[in-house]
Amino acid sequence: MPLPEELKKQKKDWEETTVRKVISRYPELKAEFVTGSDKPVERLYLPESFSVEEYLGKQGFPGRYPYTRGVQPTMYRGRLWTMRQYAGFGTAEESNQRYRFLLEQGQTGLSVAFDLPTQIGYDSDDPRAEGEVGKVGVVVDTLRDMEILFDGIPLDKISTSMTINAPAAILLAMYIAVAEKKGIGKDKLRGTIQNDILKEYIARGTYIFPPAPSMRLITDVFAYCSREVPQWNTISISGYHIREAGSDASQEVAFTLANGIEYVRAALKAGLSVDDFAGRLSFFFNAHNDLLEEVAKFRAARRIWARIMKERFNATDPKSMMLRFHTQTGGSTLTAQQPDNNIVRVAIQALAAVLGGTQSLHTNSREEALALPAEESVRLALRTQQVLAYESGVTSTVDPLAGSYCIEALTDRIELEVWQYIDRIEALGGMVPSILKGYVQKQIQEAAFRTQKDIEKGERVVVGINKFQMEEKRPENLLRVDPAIRQVQTDKLSQVKRSRNSSRVQDSLSALRQGAKQDDVNLLPLILETVREYATLGEICQVLRDEFGEHKETIVL
Amino acid sequence: MDLVDDIRRGEVRAIARAISLIEDLEPEAELLADSLFPHTGRALILGVTGSPGAGKSTLVDRLITLERRSGHKVAVIAIDPSSPFSGGAVLGDRLRMQEHATDPGVFIRSMASRGFLGGVAAATGDVLKVLDAAGYDTIFIETIGVGQTEVKIVELSDIVLLVLMPGMGDEIQAMKAGVMEIGDIFIINKKDMPGADKLLMEVEYVLSFKNPGEDTVTNPIVMTSATNGEGIGLLREAIAAHRTEIARSGKLEQKRRFRLERELMGVLNRKIHQLMDVHIEVSKQLPDWADTLYRRKACPYALINKQIQNFLKEGRGDRTN
Amino acid sequence: MPSKKTRILIAKPGLDGHDRGAKFIARTLRDEGYEVIYTGIRQTPEAIVQTAIQEDVDFVGLSLLSGAHNELFPRVVDLLKENGAEDIKVIGGGIIPEEDIPLLKEKGVQAVFGPGTSTEQIVEFIEHGSGR
Repeated sequence: MPLPEELKKQKKDWEETTVRKVISRYPELKAEFVTGSDKPVERLYLPESFSVEEYLGKQGFPGRYPYTRGVQPTMYRGRLWTMRQYAGFGTAEESNQRYRFLLEQGQTGLSVAFDLPTQIGYDSDDPRAEGEVGKVGVVVDTLRDMEILFDGIPLDKISTSMTINAPAAILLAMYIAVAEKKGIGKDKLRGTIQNDILKEYIARGTYIFPPAPSMRLITDVFAYCSREVPQWNTISISGYHIREAGSDASQEVAFTLANGIEYVRAALKAGLSVDDFAGRLSFFFNAHNDLLEEVAKFRAARRIWARIMKERFNATDPKSMMLRFHTQTGGSTLTAQQPDNNIVRVAIQALAAVLGGTQSLHTNSREEALALPAEESVRLALRTQQVLAYESGVTSTVDPLAGSYCIEALTDRIELEVWQYIDRIEALGGMVPSILKGYVQKQIQEAAFRTQKDIEKGERVVVGINKFQMEEKRPENLLRVDPAIRQVQTDKLSQVKRSRNSSRVQDSLSALRQGAKQDDVNLLPLILETVREYATLGEICQVLRDEFGEHKETIVL
Repeated sequence: MDLVDDIRRGEVRAIARAISLIEDLEPEAELLADSLFPHTGRALILGVTGSPGAGKSTLVDRLITLERRSGHKVAVIAIDPSSPFSGGAVLGDRLRMQEHATDPGVFIRSMASRGFLGGVAAATGDVLKVLDAAGYDTIFIETIGVGQTEVKIVELSDIVLLVLMPGMGDEIQAMKAGVMEIGDIFIINKKDMPGADKLLMEVEYVLSFKNPGEDTVTNPIVMTSATNGEGIGLLREAIAAHRTEIARSGKLEQKRRFRLERELMGVLNRKIHQLMDVHIEVSKQLPDWADTLYRRKACPYALINKQIQNFLKEGRGDRTN
Repeated sequence: MPSKKTRILIAKPGLDGHDRGAKFIARTLRDEGYEVIYTGIRQTPEAIVQTAIQEDVDFVGLSLLSGAHNELFPRVVDLLKENGAEDIKVIGGGIIPEEDIPLLKEKGVQAVFGPGTSTEQIVEFIEHGSGR
């Protein structure tokens, strides 16, 4: 069927400019893409007869505003998503081993999980770290641990995502310092720090400081990286955890983008201009079970963000309008009962993420409702991505589900709901007041409560839980973290403290303290000094706790 | 009673157990309350009320810190409504005061309204006796001021702190009746929010209508930001100044005497009710009586008067027929 | 007529900030008629025990997903004992491998409710399973 004339013209224009520009740097992986039955597959499918204006306004072309169909014109034909398994546990030595294993198995980017004391700025010997050291991620007390963590890993060739929020600036400084020691310049470093404090207050709980100084730290990172670490994604504005806390798909997008708006505003207020930093903002979403809705959700998110950046913030650089995101399959959908079912769930969720155009993906392992994954399990999770990438065919064309009546209807519906939430939040004064008032948390809790009740009533089926249950053997060989780790780390800490130059440490901490007292000082260079001297994470955070105060939870139910 | 001794020594478990006895309306509760009574009257009782979200718990949390610094022992009773459907409750006020959880000089107890006969005020009054006798210098009663029951609770206090916040709009209108009347110190919390100045003017306006006659006690208005810790010192000074004033002017004694009168009335009413219930089985008979009325076979006053007469004829003690 | 209420403290010990489960349990137990005291995240064992005693609860429900249960749950049990409150029953929930449960029970945790537990099961235990 022939295309409407105008669309044909546009497609030609697109091919001759947008596509050609990219193909000259990233040629497509094959001369011809074909189906499993050897039939040719187009780069892009377009609808036949309808309103061109509407199509261009709402969907357009991938790589072009409003980016509904994807942020790059060739998507996975040019480059597959990064396969980035979140990993980390125990000591830096143990995690380093796991990272090397994953890279050998074909993972294409690193993703670091830190333990809770590290995420909350406590050293391993702090009384509050009892029982928590090395359990949910790797322990990092000083630069020494970072050096071990990335031993033998080429930081100029690999991108690293670090899931760290309140002390993100410090861990980033450590990463930079490790690279320095390896002779790698900051301009070569690629990666991401999550650095999204607002969602911590909403859904995840690893905050340290109150909102205002936290935003200051975040905008300091934006400013510093825009000059010194230009390839670094300075924030991963996250909806994953909001969804895990029980929100629905529209809320996941709405609260994430509303957080994004808050961060952009903060950066502008700090004196940055939008196109200086917006291109390095990235996002992090969940991939839940309802495939069609999830795909629609991702597409709606891209369209909305593009519009927000263009119309509200007057961005002109296309990069500022592109919503680039990492996806993780939904942990809360996995069951402890019949863990093999989780493999199937994850495959479907991963498919949704890919059909939704994610830039990077983590797939959960089968036993994750019970423990961190063993090697075989995480390998299988990685294989899931590889099968999708190389065997499923969905990568051969861009945004394959576009035009599906269902998908477009869902995309439109989600978009509408998201705007309603965003408007409500604006009316409350923005995200920070909305969080402090508990509005956001209340929405999430209501949704979470309803979902759980539906499961208990059997109205929402979870296979193996409320349907198709069976007697089963307790799973074996779950990963365990050796409880002796706290002592091991405490010993390591003493050693580091003995061999460092104490007076230089104190000087660097004092300088940081002075800097923290003044709003207009960028703290990154000062933090870098402290980590280079092997100040501990706890010592650095204590200085900041003294100057900034601590956030206290106030919202109940 | 051993329990009384333990309470007077300040033993936490004993205090907590005693409060439960009172809440659960156990038979020993009366004797307990009376045994403690001679040892009460020392503590300063501060009622804290206001709309949900005004920041009462956060304010109390800050005040506790200041109280502790001056060496006072502090207790808090945080009251929340029970669910009218299930009778259960989620009590979360202490979440905002948890930094004091391990301070031996601080005792925090969450109470649900439970639908007590006579309202939760009755139980709270006896709970206060436990804490007073246990030696707490300052006792906060924290409750949401939205209805008559809460007004009663707040009347148990020596000084009532009414917490308001900007952006409440029509709620000021609603609160004029009842709660504004009994407030002693008015607090505008979240003072950094837009509308704080407007609210200040509104409160001043409403207060200007208070009976200027006999009451020469001033009602201070304090602006605070509990989360930032601003204005707390001023608030504490206002409380101390108000306390001095009402002690000096005799108003405090007057309040406490009046409170005792109300307590006696409350006990009397409850006792009579209980007595009637036992002897003429009010709860059991009520539906039948109502049925008689519905069918217009009897009239309300005549029916009750007859029941009372029967009761009096029988005298106290056992029923014979 | 008001009757004696069962009081339950729901607490999150340690550093774990995932409170979706704890909040659900608090609310759903309220709907079953219990009085639930909820103290939020990042509670030390000491704070939990003092709270349990002041509130004179019948049960302490500990919710933990970070793997620190073997250290923190027994700590709460021990502190209750030290403070003369061993009659307060400790139950646990969250991400707790089955193989850890016997040891936890040995240390005094009365019951452990893992992922997939229903409200019904918890109520059953509170009403009938705890030897009341």
